[in-house]
Amino acid sequence: MSIQPLPAEPVSGPEPSTATVRRPLDFEAGAKVAAKGVSVFYGAKQALFDVDLDVPSNAITAFIGPSGCGKSTFLRSINRMNDTIDGARMEGRIELDGGDVYDPSLDVVELRARVGMVFQKPNPFPKSIYENVAYGPRIHGFARSKPDLDAIVERSLRGAALWDEVKDRLDEMGTGLSGGQQQRLCIARAIAVSPEVILMDEPCSALDPIASARVEDLMGELRENYTIIIVTHSMQQAARVSQKTAFFHVGYLVEEGPTQQIFTTPQDKRTQDYVTGRFG
Amino acid sequence: MSTTTDSILTAAPIDWHSQASAARRRKRYAQERNLRLAGLVAITIALGLLAILVGSLILNGYRAFTQTMIALDVYVDPEVVDRNDPTAGNWRQIYDDAIDRALPDETDAERRSINALVTNNARFLIRDRVVRDPSLVGETVRMNVPVSDPFDQLSKGLVQRATPEGQRRVSDLDIQVFDRLVAEGRISRPFNWGLFFNSDSRFPELAGLAGAIVGSFFALVVCFLLSFPLGVGAAVYLEEFAPKNRWTDFIEVNINNLAAVPSIVFGLLGLAVFLGWFGMPRSAPFVGGMVLALMTLPTMIIVTRNALKAVPPSIREAALGVGASRHEMVVHHVLPLAMPGILTGTIIGLAQALGETAPLLLIGMNAFITSPPGGLFEPATALPTQIFIWADSPERGFVSRTAAGILVLLGFLIVMNAIAIFLRQRLERKW
Repeated sequence: MSIQPLPAEPVSGPEPSTATVRRPLDFEAGAKVAAKGVSVFYGAKQALFDVDLDVPSNAITAFIGPSGCGKSTFLRSINRMNDTIDGARMEGRIELDGGDVYDPSLDVVELRARVGMVFQKPNPFPKSIYENVAYGPRIHGFARSKPDLDAIVERSLRGAALWDEVKDRLDEMGTGLSGGQQQRLCIARAIAVSPEVILMDEPCSALDPIASARVEDLMGELRENYTIIIVTHSMQQAARVSQKTAFFHVGYLVEEGPTQQIFTTPQDKRTQDYVTGRFG
Repeated sequence: MSTTTDSILTAAPIDWHSQASAARRRKRYAQERNLRLAGLVAITIALGLLAILVGSLILNGYRAFTQTMIALDVYVDPEVVDRNDPTAGNWRQIYDDAIDRALPDETDAERRSINALVTNNARFLIRDRVVRDPSLVGETVRMNVPVSDPFDQLSKGLVQRATPEGQRRVSDLDIQVFDRLVAEGRISRPFNWGLFFNSDSRFPELAGLAGAIVGSFFALVVCFLLSFPLGVGAAVYLEEFAPKNRWTDFIEVNINNLAAVPSIVFGLLGLAVFLGWFGMPRSAPFVGGMVLALMTLPTMIIVTRNALKAVPPSIREAALGVGASRHEMVVHHVLPLAMPGILTGTIIGLAQALGETAPLLLIGMNAFITSPPGGLFEPATALPTQIFIWADSPERGFVSRTAAGILVLLGFLIVMNAIAIFLRQRLERKW
């Protein structure tokens, strides 16, 4: 095999430059989520180094990069899911609409309702389809009555382009759906609590190409109303769906900018190597 | 990486047909065969020992499941027994009349034989029957009364008639009387319900397990009510809420150690603390249940933690991801999903507690108690301690009753474990 040596091994490779190639945002809307000097540690190991990033609202922002580059870590620190990992520690500041997400007085439950999340592996609750979607609104007390809740469930399932497939079997187990349907159910569950931001951690990696395409279409529609951040291993997917792309490498944010530019005229050699498939 | 690839590629091609290669493969196959053989031998030995155990129990115990009875025609004479106060009647006379009717024109010697043949408590059995149903006064009732142990043995063929008279517990005359009663159709050997519905007695023919079964049941209820909520609560806290630090490590190590502490130590603890300091009553199922709960608690915590660990993290993330609090995550999702595993572990823990003897001996649940406990604080025995008492008794009839008691205990254990297996298969979730 004639693989050229990896430009940077996480452990032994040369220290990547921390200088990020920054470009002015050309989005009209302001930043929904803003990260300032974010570093994340798992015990003694530092997984993310000093990341500065603005996420525009009502757009899809894609995080790309090879495995272990810190993109999922960064994603999970936005809704503080990293808090659940023992020994995880965070420095810096992440703002949601200008407010500090890590403010000790902030209610994590409210934050996670405002910043929904869709996971890599579809993880519906082992309950009925209806219950899966109704759970969030119910615990947050969104629905005053059963018809209210029914309406939310229908709206969410329609929003996730799943309604027509499941409307006659809402009592069946969510876990009995196909993988692609399960993932859309998880999206419906996320949008049922009316989040402002939806974090998607490789939402299509467990799906076949057809199911992936449906989820991608769905993301395009959701973009109208939500700010979406997606972590993906598929550069084609990032290129297809996102308006903004950030490239991570060994814990550093290497380059960020409008998607088209990242894929056509990257400024950094590592970005160029990655998007052209030379490594990763 | 590249150097090893090179060396393999440049080495001489491997000759799969060479002698050495064939021998090497033969050796590998032989190793596999030996391992399989060793496993087979081990299983055969284990099953054989189990068969011997159960076989000997059944051989010893099956006779205790029947009891030889003698039919007596009891005339409840209204002049001897007052219908309004039957307890005060002269029951010895009623009994003597019944014996006369069973064996008319008997000699004094025959009379002694038949008195030895009928169980000592016969007149109380007759009295209790009439007290329960006073309308029998003035009537003649045919009653089946147990036969005393030596004659029960004779009836079951455990006394050899060929044995010289001096070496057996029944005399030649006894055998004659017995045979005469058999010829008259007064002797029968029905299923021994007394084994389940009588309490302990000095007389083997009257001894049963009712007190022990009720005592064990009370103790298990107390054990469950204490150990289940405490165990599940402790496990949920340790697994879902506690920070992972030196303290929780310390607690975890200690719980695992507690699960391995010999049960008699818990018995000593119960004796010192519950009886000594708190002054609780001796032999009470409540105290027994508390001691068993102490013993079951570590097991309960361990199985609950394992069941909680088996719930995949993706479910927790899903709950937290829609904004559920930790408490909601646990109560709404994790605990219900872990419940089948917890219940299975609980039943197995309780089955262990049911068979536990040593701690109960120390708190006095091996007393001689002739009626089932009416409450949690009344003296009682438990199944294993009842077996212990019977095993210690000299009468011949207790040999088979001991084995029968063990069979009953094993029966309860098998039922409990079967329920656990059924629950596990029925409710187990594949992720």
